[in-house]
Parts: sequence; C-alpha cells; structure tokens
Amino acid sequence: MHLILKQPSVLPGFSLALGFALFYLSVIVLIPLSGLFVKSSSLSWEQFWNVVTTPRAIASYQLTFGASLVGALINGVFGSIIAWVLVRYHFPGRSIIDALVDLPFALPTAVAGITLTAIYASNGWIGQYLEPLGIKVAFTPLGVLVALTFIGLPFVVRTVQPVLQDLDREAEEAATTLGANRWQTFRAVIVPELWPALLTGIAMAFARAVGEYGSVIFIAGNMPLKSEITPLLIMTKLEQYDYTGATALGVVMLVTSFVLALAINLLQWWSSARHMNQ
Amino acid sequence: MNVSSAIADRDVEWKDSITTESTFVRRLLISAAFLYLTLFLFVPLAAIFAEALKGGLAAYVGSFLNDDALAAVRLTLLVAAVAVPLNAVFGVAAAWAIAKFDFVGKQVLISLIDMPLAVSPVISGLIYVLLFGAQGWLGPWLLEHDIKIIFALPGIVLATIFVTVPFVARELIPLMQSQGREEEEAAITLGASGWQMFMRVTLPNIKWSLLYGVILCNARAMGEFGAVSVVSGHIRGLTNTMPLHVEILYNEYNAVAAFAVASLLTLLAIVTLIAKTMIERKTDSYNRRKMQA
Amino acid sequence: MSIQVDHVTKRFGAFTVLNDVNLHVQEGELVALLGPSGCGKTTLLRILAGLERPDQGRIFLQGTEVTDQRISERRVGFVFQHYALFRHMTVADNIAFGLTVLPRAQRPSAARIQEKVHDLLGLVHLQAMADRYPSQLSGGQRQRVALARALAVEPKLLLLDEPFGALDAKVRKELRRWLRRLHDNLHVTSILVTHDQEEALEAAHRVVVMHQGNIEQIGTPDEVYENPATPFVYQFLGDVNVFHGRIAHDRILDKEAGEPLSADADASDQREVTFVRPHDLELSLSRTTPTQLEATVQFLITAGARVHLELASKEFSEIIAVELTKERYRELKLQQGDVVFVHPKQLQVFRMPSPLTVKS
Repeated sequence: MHLILKQPSVLPGFSLALGFALFYLSVIVLIPLSGLFVKSSSLSWEQFWNVVTTPRAIASYQLTFGASLVGALINGVFGSIIAWVLVRYHFPGRSIIDALVDLPFALPTAVAGITLTAIYASNGWIGQYLEPLGIKVAFTPLGVLVALTFIGLPFVVRTVQPVLQDLDREAEEAATTLGANRWQTFRAVIVPELWPALLTGIAMAFARAVGEYGSVIFIAGNMPLKSEITPLLIMTKLEQYDYTGATALGVVMLVTSFVLALAINLLQWWSSARHMNQ
Repeated sequence: MNVSSAIADRDVEWKDSITTESTFVRRLLISAAFLYLTLFLFVPLAAIFAEALKGGLAAYVGSFLNDDALAAVRLTLLVAAVAVPLNAVFGVAAAWAIAKFDFVGKQVLISLIDMPLAVSPVISGLIYVLLFGAQGWLGPWLLEHDIKIIFALPGIVLATIFVTVPFVARELIPLMQSQGREEEEAAITLGASGWQMFMRVTLPNIKWSLLYGVILCNARAMGEFGAVSVVSGHIRGLTNTMPLHVEILYNEYNAVAAFAVASLLTLLAIVTLIAKTMIERKTDSYNRRKMQA
Repeated sequence: MSIQVDHVTKRFGAFTVLNDVNLHVQEGELVALLGPSGCGKTTLLRILAGLERPDQGRIFLQGTEVTDQRISERRVGFVFQHYALFRHMTVADNIAFGLTVLPRAQRPSAARIQEKVHDLLGLVHLQAMADRYPSQLSGGQRQRVALARALAVEPKLLLLDEPFGALDAKVRKELRRWLRRLHDNLHVTSILVTHDQEEALEAAHRVVVMHQGNIEQIGTPDEVYENPATPFVYQFLGDVNVFHGRIAHDRILDKEAGEPLSADADASDQREVTFVRPHDLELSLSRTTPTQLEATVQFLITAGARVHLELASKEFSEIIAVELTKERYRELKLQQGDVVFVHPKQLQVFRMPSPLTVKS
C-alpha cells in the first residue's frame, strides 16, 4: 500500500492554504521557539542545571506551580458551581453573568493586575475588611493566588458548561424513576459525565496560570524567594542582560507547558472518546 | 408570548422539577456562584471605573489628552492593524485546509496552531529577543544594516502576532468542520470557480465566527502585556502600547491616569464580550431553526 | 448523454470500494444504483460526477473519455443526499447560482436568469417559496430546490445521491413518482443512488444491484425482482425464506410435482440453499403431497392488505414467513396453533460453498 498524504478532493485551494499556514507558523512560531532550545544548548548540562536549580529559581517554581494548582482547584469547585447554575437554573441576570464569565479572558492582564491590587490592598474595597482579620493579600503569595485564580476563571466554566448542556436529561429521569434520590443521581449519573471535562478545565486553568505574568506582577510584591513567580524571574534576568539564564528558565517553563498541553490533549481525547461510545 | 409557549414553559418547569434540587440547595449554589463572581468579577470591574473617575471627569479626560497617552493609543492601534489582518488571513487559510480536507499530520498542525496559547507571554517575547536582540542570532547583522526590531515597532508587532495566532483559526475550525464540504462541492458541481465558491458560499457561512475571531484577536492584540513588555524597551512616546502605558503610570503612583487608560481597555473587553454574546445568539437561533426544519 | 464505466476500481486505504466495475447507461435512461450502505454505489456516482477519481479504469461520457476531466468540464448536475443548499441564500438565489457563476460571456442576462428560475420553480412546484431560505422549507421542498438548482445549468447528466434518503416514508413515495414523471418529460440521462429497493424498482428503467464493490445484477425492475441472479439480490429485493442443507432437497423443496430437486451424490461439500419468497408459499389444511412440510401457525398479523404469518416446523430451526391474500386467509380460517402444510409455488436454488453462510 502506498502512503496517501492527502485524500483527493474537488475542492480547490488546499496547497495554497496549507502552504501559507505552514509558512506562517514556521516564521512566527516554530523558528523562534526552536531558537530557544538552540540557545540553551550553548550551555553545558551542568551549567543548565545550576541555573535552573538556584534557590531563587526553586522558590519561584514552588510559588508558580503551587499557586497555579491551588487556583485551578478553586476554579474547579466554583467553576463547576457557576456552570451548573448557568445551565440548570433560571434567575435574574443569568445571561449577563454568562457573558461576563469570559472577562478574564478578554481583559488585558495589566488591567487585571492593577485592579486586583487596588481592591485587595490593605485600604482597598475588599482588602480593608481582610486586614483586621490578619489576612494580607496584596504584595504576598496570597496575592499571586488571587491573580491566578482570576485569570483561570473562564476555563472550567467553559469546558463544563457545554457538557452539562448536552447531558441527557432522560438518564436523570431514569435514575429518579428507579428510586435514586437527587444526590445519588448526581453522583452516579452526572458526575461521571462531567469528570473528563472538569479535569480538562482544571488542567487548562493550571496551564494558563503557570505562564501568567501581567496580572501577577502588580499584586505579588515580587520579593525574591517569597513572592516572585518564574516568568518574572525570567524578565529580571533579561533586564540584567543574562540571556542564557533567562533562556534556561524559559526552556524549563516551555517544556512544562508542552507537557501540560499534551496532557490536556489526552484529556480531551479521552472525554470525546467516551462520548463517541455512547 | 402566546398561550402555547406559556404552556410549553410550564411544561419545562415541571420537567425541571423532576431533575432538580431542593429550593434550599438551589439558592445555596446560586449564592455561592454570586459570591465568587462578586469577589473576582463584579468588584474588580466596578473598581476599574471607580478608580478612574476618582479625580473627577476632568482628570479622567485629561489622562488621555497628553502626548504620551495619545502615542500609546496610536501605537496600539497600529500594532493591531498589522497583526489582526495577518492572523485573520492565516486563520481562514488554516481552517480551510484543516476543515475541508483529509491529510496526514492534521492533528499536528492543530496542535501547532494552539501552541502559542500554552507558552508564557514572557517566553513569547524572549524568543524574539534571542533571534533579533543585540546578542541574538541576527543581532549583529541587523545592527550592521541599521534595522531595529527589538525595542522597536517590528518586535512589538511580531510578539503580538505570536500571542494572537490561534484566535481566528480556533473560531473557524470547529464551525467549518461541522458545516462539512457539501455546499462547496455543490458550488463546484454548478460550475463555480474556486474564488466564486469562497466568496459566495464559504465566506457567507463563516462570516459571524470570522468576525468574532477577529474581534477577540483584536482585543488580545491590543491588550497584550507580557510579550510586548519584553520586546518593547518601554520608550515613552515611542514603544509604549496602552497596557505598557498603564504599567508606567501605575508605577509612578498616578493611579487615576493608570485606571483611566485601563478603563478604555476594559471597554474594549466588554465590547468583545457583547459581540460574542450577540454572535452566539445569532448562530444559536440559526442552528435551532435548522434543527426544527 | 450515454455513460460507459470501464473496469473502474477504487480503494480507500486497504478497503476496496469498487472492484473492477463495468456499466453502460444509454442516453435518456434513468438507472438506479441499488445496494446496502458501503456497497460502493455513492462512490461510483461521485466518480461519474468527477468528485472522486478512480484508481484504475476509465469513464466515458458520450463516447469521450472524461476520467481526468475536471468536474466543471463534465456538465453534470449533482443532487446531494443532504441537499447541500446554500443556507444563506434564498430559494431563488440557490437555483440561480449555477447561472450567475458562468463566465460573463456565457452568462444570461439578469432578466433571463430570473425567467429561468421562475420556470424551474414551476417545474418543482415551489413558485410561492422563491424568497424563502432553505431553513424555512420542509425536507421534501429542499430536495426539490436542490433538483431545480442542478437542472438550472441544463446538465447532460443528472446524478442523484440518495436524494430522498433523509425524508419520511410518505414523502419519499410521492417524490420518487414525481421524479419518474419529471424524467419522462425531460429525458435527461439520470442515475439515482438508493438503498431502498422499492424506490429503485419504482423509479428506474433499469436497476444495478451492487454489493461490496461489485455489481451483482443489472436488469429492468421486473428482471431483478423476478429472476435474481445471486442470493444477495434475492435477499436484498424483498423478504425471503432461506432453507439450508440436505433436508431442503429431500423434503419440501421439490419443483411442482414432488420429485427431489437434486440428488447429487457429492452434495455434501457443495450445499444448496433454497430461497422462497413468503408470498410464494402456499398453505393447505391437509396433506396433499408427501413432500409438503408440516408446520404450526405461531403468529399472525392480519392488519393491512395482506396477512403475514410466522410458522414453526420441527425440521427447521428458523421461523418460516408466509404472506397470504386476505381471501385465501379467510378461506383457510387460520388461527394461532393451527397445523398447516406448506408447499412452494416458486423457488430458486443457489449452490453455496458452505452450508451456513449465504454469500454476503
């Protein structure tokens, strides 16, 4: 059997469209990205290791990945609730909320950053009530968490919502006729359906948070070893013209991102495969 | 509302009641959602405009009417004017190839298109610094020929394009896949040329999603901060886009001006969300009609 | 326009969709390609249209080879199963499309196009729908628009891919008769792909029965129904009882008078399988010939123009289906549990390499 690279078709424009798309992606995405790896290869393995495992770098990973994970999990809980409420309940303002959920996705990150800082500062709208309780948000790692939670908000809602919408109500009705109470139905019928989408949404929120820069740097305080995220550390190295250091950290982040993207793809494949079977 | 639809509504409510929660649980969940959204959406949104108007309307307007602010607006518009059309053409071309043809490596191509979404904005800027910066691969050559890319307009445009590559394509690919190829095949069997087919069959079918993709791409292009921050050099009046201008004003403790410019960017985001909602309604009602017929 | 399909083979990956297919269609004919899904009929149609290319073999239209000709040069009209109407255009704009994309030199004037669209709308009885959008039409109306749109460019060959496949039974029936009348007026060579045997038998001049990439039989509707060439055609063109194995020869399956049908000594390695249509089985209440098969009435459906029975016999594991006229049923006064004697009026025997697998 000979290798068929493309099924024949009467529709025109395939070579032109694909050729242009590949050229464009190569120039804009592929070549520049591979440059990062080439640059990092100028470092020996030992040098590379030393750069990416300094205490300051490790502390930044801990903060970046830790806060991203916690933020993604918070969004997992509240994103599911929001999706559920939006799909299942009717209440005033529903369609406005539905539209606003995407705000963190459309709002420039710098705007989000200064705004969250303003309201969670000790004299801010929300911060002033937290201050007496001994909770400091702005300029602490908690501030990083707030920012990363904010920017991850749409992801869980937008992956869970369509699945919930397409959920077959008949299965729930069947469970009810078979004597299941609401909680049993929820756990046995609804949760298994939502699970892949929920995991995908959490993974997407996490991936987005790991790379986030703009919304964090204003609220974080950016104290090395305490409230400094990895993207900021890269930025700092760049400003000190330490290109190799920046590159090494960039490679760590990029590889992490690719692994996460792969995981998300697998999750999506898993969830669509489940739907195909039904 | 006529009688039959009122009955239908009651019918829906009745059916809902079989598969829904007690009023208490329902109120609890709605309250939880509201509380969360209040903390993370409503309060920030209100705060932007409150902070911007803190110094009164005159101070608000004054925040825009100076050379630095106007230069930032101009630069932002210019960058978007280059990046968005290029990404729109790319998005249509990529979606055409992916949605209407079967070829080896399609999944790889889709993953490639999504890649910029997975990359931290700081890295998106960094890669261009490594390529075109003074110490970069092409740095010496560019210096020799007196071409400035990093800390200049081309670098900002490139970083912006990189960050916004996926948006139009991602809107179009699922839509065009679901529309199938039959309409285009029909046009070809009826004697249409490739261009006639595209202009008269394909484009009208995708125009709303294309429009939304362009609007979203534009919002992200104008709002991009991290990537642009790396390649811009923050030269006032020259390489400062609006988000960078916000940062500078904020760091100078000029909160009113910072939030004033921020409020403009927020309006852009809100317009984007409104456009999304309207376009979704349009395509939804179309889908419903199609399903009924 | 006459069509010649010459040794056409088409594969998708390792799967052979068309296996060395030959077919000749005369000018003005309406031919149905009939077969189950996956038999290759749609692929053959798309190859004729130029939507697909054959891997081997050649296509001639009106004696000229068109295998490598582009679709736009073939002048064929193609009607898609799911209509493929342009959803953002009105009915009139859909029909006019093929005319408006003609090169300026050949394009009729706007007034002429309008006139032609009007005529075509009349032809498909949709004058009142000119300004509607496809989404506002019923399925049957949409398919008529699709047909009018294909006819607008005056094709020399009309290809219809399961045109009524997505419609409900009653509309299908109306439309296929309407299509036949339309064809009798227009005389444009037409090929209709369908998996519905009734549709093929009713609408077409000739039927091409296809199965797994091969043509099983070509003939008039009467020929293929009355004299199926293969077991597949027999089974595909209507309900059938299949009797396997030796019991078949010795017992009931004689022709007319009771002589054993076959007494081949080595019948053991080449089993014979006998096909009898339910309406070709005759029932009597008492044994008249020794070869009749004794059976019990298990189930009766009396509603409808004819009566359907299911019989059980000790000698066959499978249910025997019988179809009787209402008169005969009343004469016999049959009830559930009655014992009857079965005799075939007409049957057909095929030799099979193995006893249990009907060639499929």
